[in-house]
Amino acid sequence: MNQAALAARRAFAPNWAARGALIALAIYSVYAMGQLDITWDRLATGFGEAGRFLARMWPPNFERWGLLVEGMLESIQIAILASALGILLSLPLGLMAARNLSPAILSAPTRAFIALCRSLHYVIVAILFVKAIGFGALAGVAALTIASMGFIAKLFAEAIEEISMKQVEAIRATGAGLGAVLLYGVLPQVASRFTGFCLYQLDSNLRNSTLVGIVGAGGIGGTLFAAFKRFDYDFVAAILISIIALIFLAEVISGRIRAAMR
Amino acid sequence: MSAQAGIAGPMAPLHREWHRFTPQQRIARWLVWLAMVAALVWAIRSVEIIPEFLADAPEQMADLLVRMWPPDLAHYYPGVHAALVETLHIATLGTLFSFLLAVPLALLAARNICRNRLVNGLAQLMLVSSRSVNSLVWALIFVAVFGPGAAAGTFAIAFRSVGFVGKLLAEALEETNRGPVEALTAAGAPWGSIMLKGVWPQVQPAFWGIALFRWDINVRESAVLGLVGAGGIGVVLDDAINFFQWERVATVLLAILAVVIMAEIVVTRIRARLI
Amino acid sequence: MAAQTIGTRGLVLRGLAKEYTPGKPVLRGIDLAFSPDGITAIIGPSGTGKSTLIRCINRLVEPTAGEILLHGEDLAKLRGRALRLARRRIGMVFQEYNLVERLSVMENVLSGRLGYVPLWRAWLRKYPEQDVARAFDLLDAVGLPEQATRRADALSGGQRQRVGIARALMQQPELLLADEPTSSLDPKTAVEVMELLTRLTAAAGVPVIVNIHNVDLARRFAQRIIGMSGGAVVFDGPPEALESHHLQQIYGGEDWL
Repeated sequence: MNQAALAARRAFAPNWAARGALIALAIYSVYAMGQLDITWDRLATGFGEAGRFLARMWPPNFERWGLLVEGMLESIQIAILASALGILLSLPLGLMAARNLSPAILSAPTRAFIALCRSLHYVIVAILFVKAIGFGALAGVAALTIASMGFIAKLFAEAIEEISMKQVEAIRATGAGLGAVLLYGVLPQVASRFTGFCLYQLDSNLRNSTLVGIVGAGGIGGTLFAAFKRFDYDFVAAILISIIALIFLAEVISGRIRAAMR
Repeated sequence: MSAQAGIAGPMAPLHREWHRFTPQQRIARWLVWLAMVAALVWAIRSVEIIPEFLADAPEQMADLLVRMWPPDLAHYYPGVHAALVETLHIATLGTLFSFLLAVPLALLAARNICRNRLVNGLAQLMLVSSRSVNSLVWALIFVAVFGPGAAAGTFAIAFRSVGFVGKLLAEALEETNRGPVEALTAAGAPWGSIMLKGVWPQVQPAFWGIALFRWDINVRESAVLGLVGAGGIGVVLDDAINFFQWERVATVLLAILAVVIMAEIVVTRIRARLI
Repeated sequence: MAAQTIGTRGLVLRGLAKEYTPGKPVLRGIDLAFSPDGITAIIGPSGTGKSTLIRCINRLVEPTAGEILLHGEDLAKLRGRALRLARRRIGMVFQEYNLVERLSVMENVLSGRLGYVPLWRAWLRKYPEQDVARAFDLLDAVGLPEQATRRADALSGGQRQRVGIARALMQQPELLLADEPTSSLDPKTAVEVMELLTRLTAAAGVPVIVNIHNVDLARRFAQRIIGMSGGAVVFDGPPEALESHHLQQIYGGEDWL
């Protein structure tokens, strides 16, 4: 059998597109590493630094626990306030954005507004608020409220769009006003999902509230950033451990609540 | 209250009352609401918000927005553009690096691939610790290690993504069908071939889905890393803010917005073609 | 009311028309007068506009043209609060029951009072005592005495439709609309539900307009039958007058007879 016939009888056609993509990806990696100035030299020194860095983190230093607790409490307060405000504002926004209950003239701009809230990273929003209204927890609350609206108003709207309109129709047929239609026709169908979203948002606000302090918007993040700047790496370790413990605790608690609600 | 009303209604021979909840349910609900209100009151009372700042806030925000208008679009090229490209490099390279670490960890964490419970646990622990540190904190750490610059940003993105990607990959691996693996094992195939021909085809769609999903997130996240000195467009943003050049800030924000939206469109397009 | 002196008692439809898409009429100018008591059955093939006709009466569907005169008042012109006040005078029973599934039976029955009670009462479930008493009486009357606290989605189809009837009667309506109330039920339950509907509305003196695709049920329970085809009325008379050539005209063909 000659070569051509052998080629024709091959079981698998070589996937040139995939191979090409892989080669392109490899070439890109080399190119991008050059652009970002990532070299073996740098990595080698980096690994040496990392060793020293880790050594200086150990043992974690909890001596300034007063500062630590203060920052953590402020983060929790920011998370609670931002969640409460975000949820309260998201209820009407979600309703206005739901295409099955709101006219397009209302839902389209609301959806655009929600998308805008979601598209800017909350740290960027936080830094803008810090510049506009000053350092402190208020900027953090404002930034996380915006972020919360971007996420849960969207989820609310999606949940409302999935309800059965038959139940709404039946309530409308009784002569109920708008408020009663929402309370009886819409709310029962979405209440449990809404609660889930709210818990989820509280959870993620708690994570994010430990960070906004890096740009001066209150909470433990400010303490962390200051410790980094002063090379207090053992205090950094203490703060990081506390943050991870808080997030872990919040995750466990909200998991329990979610399980209990089922 | 209902008992009194029952006496007042002489016409009702058999007074039947109805409540939405049983007494226990009512107490439980009341306690939940009480806890929520208490938490809120505590937060409002003890959070350090300066009242003058609060009263001032809307005006100050409006003032800031006015100062941002019109955006200084002439400033875009070359400074902002170069930073934007750097941000995309950080996101893409960070995602690639994260897979180098995440794939082996996912294989070790998947209980049907690696049969050693201890190794599973260790791999899971590493994935969890990667996830619970935010990318901005990873950036602070890598700035301390590598010094300021895009390298720190790339590694921050990579290390944050490892946990996310590894967890989802391990889940996809655990959902694979044992059949093809058993067939190849019975045929005497070596481990590498089993993975390549028995497991990989099953997880391939999930793999590309995860990669695109994480890349999209990383584009958003890499835009802020510059605020702690880890390269990308965040550096330009930070500079413009510190020099109060609000028209330039507006330009940078628009650039970030455009890139985030573009990334989302690209991801949706590719996903639609892959699936 | 001044309007009442103009028209007669009962419901009158004049030139009622509906087009969902322009140029494709679903209802072609319906003229009908309904007496203020008894059961009127509307029969006809699927997609002939029966459901649209019924939904136009309480304006769940907006008619394109025509008048809907209830005791002389034109419902087609009402807006906002006036429309809601008109709707609460018209009870409605649905094909798929349309109960709020995650609420209890009692809440569903009491939702018939939503057009009457203020919003805060509805929210806190603090209904006036006579409403709650009436709701219990209605649950007894429809044969569900011990089910008040069950969730609506835990009930069988027949039970749900009984709750649906109780909810409609809770409105103390002047007119009851029933849109295919038995189509989702088995034949035995369908008869039971129709008997219940007949008995309770007769006792309350409420006229009923019912869409029904089962001709036998229509003959058995209605005093008047209206046959529709292609968006227009093609038969109108007592059940005795409905003969097979009418049915041929309504449904087309003859093999099924």
